Amino acid sequence: MIELAGVTKRYGEKVVVDNLTFTVRAGCVTGFLGPNGAGKSTTMRMMLGLDRPTSGRVLIGGRPYARLQEPLRHVGALLDAKAMHGGRSAFQNLRCLALSNGIPLTRVGEVLAEVGLAPVAKKRPKGFSLGMGQRLGIAAALLGDPEIVMLDEPVNGLDPEGIHWVRTLMKRLAGEGRTVFVSSHLMSEMALTADHLIVIGRGRLLADTGMQEFIDRNSRSSVRVRTPEPEKFRDVLSAAGITATESASGAFDVTGAPSERLGELALEHRVPLHELSPRHASLEEAFIALTGESAEYRSGPPAASTAPNGVPAAPQTTRTES
Amino acid sequence: MSAPVAALRSEWAKLTTVRSTAWTLFAAFAVTVAFGTLVSALSNARYDDLSRQDKLAFDPAGTSFTGGVLGQLAMIAFGVMVIGGEYSTGMIRSSLAAVPRRGVFYSSKLLVASGAALVVGMVTSFVTFFAGQAALGAHSTTIGAHNVLRATLGAGLYMTLMAVFSMGVATMLRSSMLSMGVLMPFFFLVTQILVSVPGAKKVAHYLPDQAGEAMARVVRNPDVPYGPGGGLVIMLLWVAAAVLGGYLVLRGRDA
Repeated sequence: MIELAGVTKRYGEKVVVDNLTFTVRAGCVTGFLGPNGAGKSTTMRMMLGLDRPTSGRVLIGGRPYARLQEPLRHVGALLDAKAMHGGRSAFQNLRCLALSNGIPLTRVGEVLAEVGLAPVAKKRPKGFSLGMGQRLGIAAALLGDPEIVMLDEPVNGLDPEGIHWVRTLMKRLAGEGRTVFVSSHLMSEMALTADHLIVIGRGRLLADTGMQEFIDRNSRSSVRVRTPEPEKFRDVLSAAGITATESASGAFDVTGAPSERLGELALEHRVPLHELSPRHASLEEAFIALTGESAEYRSGPPAASTAPNGVPAAPQTTRTES
Repeated sequence: MSAPVAALRSEWAKLTTVRSTAWTLFAAFAVTVAFGTLVSALSNARYDDLSRQDKLAFDPAGTSFTGGVLGQLAMIAFGVMVIGGEYSTGMIRSSLAAVPRRGVFYSSKLLVASGAALVVGMVTSFVTFFAGQAALGAHSTTIGAHNVLRATLGAGLYMTLMAVFSMGVATMLRSSMLSMGVLMPFFFLVTQILVSVPGAKKVAHYLPDQAGEAMARVVRNPDVPYGPGGGLVIMLLWVAAAVLGGYLVLRGRDA
């Protein structure tokens, strides 16, 4: 279990992490979401005692990280794939870490095999691809067989097979009762793996909820309806007091009613339907809805379409302050 | 196993599994011995050209240690890379996550690397002494002569302390490139120039490499206001300052 109480990190005037209080529980995958620059990596570094909070505290199983005896046996972390010495073989990199925490050296071979790097154990990570570096970092995180596993953007640079493997791994670790805390800016990825979500924006806690709850609360589901008789259907909807937006000719996006009710209404009033499909808001949409306001760097509207003189302007990034 | 012992074993494994350790330490040995022997041979050949005063002040042991001026650069490189390797690769975050008590991490690393530097420094100074004396022929001295053993130990200790000093500086600067960029020109050029400028001379005597040179001399340099003991003290103060500075930076800053 990881507990944060009022954690704030300031670099000079800039507040990177702002009074964060949350608990990461064992036995489930907790997704840590936020736009780029939201303070995710800083928060994770503070959990590991690498960065010191300006105020507040982080406890790992009730103790500050620095007080843990043989910390790698309690917490395994992947912070960035480059946290290894490029000139020392993969095996030796892990051996050095194992020795420092009294971890049996047989674990080195085990974790290298587990992440699929056994054939390149003697190679130096200097020549590794981003994906291989990521696998080596995950191997390092698993080295001490820790009850807490922390992964910062673990699928970065992985191929589809690798992404699937990380997903399965995280679920298995959580299934074994471990605490799995994983950051990502890829919402779709989190939708597939996380059970619980912690969302931050500009260093502030925006949400701390279950995955389904998060989607339900932060977005609307809608039903897409297509009909050759849009006039008639529009009347039916307004008579029933259901709001809808009409997109293309004969296509409606209905938010006020489930698909069952719309189908029954259409049958009752003998309106032929060509399509009746419920559309669930993805986590992606929910995330954008929630963090849109707090994104530190947000892309502006496509400049070409707004340039009045028809000359495409350079793409711009607007920095939003609220 | 207690944490400090585990940290020492880990640091020893780190030291012995990167190539830079072997080649910097070998370079320190080879350059010092080769250059020292060459200077000794040249001194032997041109001995008759020396003035009477210079002949009286001739220091055969010190002459054989001349190679240290170049060899120390490799020792500096060793010290810098031991620390800088952690920062340039990002390994430092893994290392500090594994050993969160920064004093334990730092002292283990320094202890292990200083030990290696001490062994290489001593081997180098004894080998260069005997090789240099062989090259000096009739003008050589023996290890048993007055103060010669002390000077040989001083030369080996000096190389070790330069490595430790560099480790402290590299920990303060947290970068191999920056540390090399500061230390190399400083000890290769700046101090050499300063000692030959009349006004700057008085201050330059107290720079670490000048203090170190005093440690390796049998015959005291009349221009320098202290002897070998004073040289050792000055050198130790420099090293202590660098190591302490490194510790304060490591303890205080985010990794």
